[in-house]
Amino acid sequence: MVALEFKHIVKHFPGSAGNAVDDVSLTINEGEFITIIGTSGSGKTTLLKMVNRLVEPTSGSICLLGEDILDRDPVKLRRGIGYVIQQVGLFPHMTVAQNIATVPKILKWDKERIAARTDELLELVGLDPDEFRGRYPAQLSGGQQQRVGLARALAVDPAAMLLDEPFGAIDAITRAKLQDELIAIHRKHKRTYLFVTHDVSEAFKLGDRVLVMHEGKALRFDTPEAIERNPGDGFARELLESAGISL
Amino acid sequence: MTMGEYAREYGDRLTDALVQHLRIVGVTLLISIVLALVLTLVIIRFKRLSAIVVRLLGGVYAIPSLALFSLLIPFTGIGEPTAIIVLVAYNQFLLIRNFIAGLDGVDPGVIEAAVGCGMSRMRLLLTVRLPLAFPVMLAGVHLSIISTIGIATIAAAIGAGGIGKLLFEGMRTRNTAKILWGTVLAGGLAIVANFLLLFLEKISGKRLHYNG
Repeated sequence: MVALEFKHIVKHFPGSAGNAVDDVSLTINEGEFITIIGTSGSGKTTLLKMVNRLVEPTSGSICLLGEDILDRDPVKLRRGIGYVIQQVGLFPHMTVAQNIATVPKILKWDKERIAARTDELLELVGLDPDEFRGRYPAQLSGGQQQRVGLARALAVDPAAMLLDEPFGAIDAITRAKLQDELIAIHRKHKRTYLFVTHDVSEAFKLGDRVLVMHEGKALRFDTPEAIERNPGDGFARELLESAGISL
Repeated sequence: MTMGEYAREYGDRLTDALVQHLRIVGVTLLISIVLALVLTLVIIRFKRLSAIVVRLLGGVYAIPSLALFSLLIPFTGIGEPTAIIVLVAYNQFLLIRNFIAGLDGVDPGVIEAAVGCGMSRMRLLLTVRLPLAFPVMLAGVHLSIISTIGIATIAAAIGAGGIGKLLFEGMRTRNTAKILWGTVLAGGLAIVANFLLLFLEKISGKRLHYNG
């Protein structure tokens, strides 16, 4: 079943020369792990942020599970979409448990259900609930903070997860571990993931399909194997070569 | 007359002056904080307007207090109400500047995550922005309390009473004991308030568990 459908999406920021996103049309199936790769300014983050309406398209439409997101109240729409960003953005004045409980609390879950869900999520992201639920973000390492960020985004089992360079500020060893765990979490729940990165090997490791973006356009959208087999002559080849992926 | 003799003979005048001073400061702060909060919440969404308002209030703050008191006498007469209007006007600069700095100073990543979670504007304000801005906002309240205690002494010149009355009368009648009592009360009040507020700021800072 189709999870997300972008139809002729254009985003133009006032005052800039070209389009940030230039006529992108894509169909993403339910349960797919999509990585979006491109240089800075390629429009990958803009495309991602249009899904939870942090950015509104200039023209075109986006359907989530068959429903046009522009017909929905953006605040309510966001509660059903997980969102993880590079800066993590944990609330520094709240404990780990309170951070994870953000959306369940907005949705007025009862206390027992929230407590049980919090513990379940902490275990899912590899943090011992007894040790971590009462800690504050400042008492966590960068990797642990992003685990909590991930747990917070997964809290109400959202239909789609948007991840904007979530491991961009994390050291290489921790990043590799988090990537493996993210793959495992995705396999377990089979939700639709959109993962933006500028790291080619990360995109190829995680993605069921990889979207290569350049200057606002969707250049390639295919499995990592197909892109490696047939990179073409343009930007996709350049990108692969720059990452040292042998062709 | 020594300070001890003055206190024994006119103790009630000292307590009256202190109580009146505290009342002026209290009423001023209550009105100032409520007004500054409302104004801040109205203007904060408009960056240019916020900058203009803070600059205008800075201009008001730069007017010497005695001049501003005199300026208002034709409209609001002499006495406590005029004093309070002026003190509230001065406080708006100190408060609104810090309220805006506090609310705007919240980490953009935290705001983006909160909005991305599906928080409404009101929930974002109440559960994220206000608690995180609180230490900076409290620093503004701190400044305004100390400033109000000081400027309120000058308000005695337009008949608002308070500790300033002791000072002005003492100077007119060359009563050194009275002048000293006025100085001790005004200075002591400011110092005690300062300590209390520093203590409050320390607690509120600790509650946030920031690194470093």
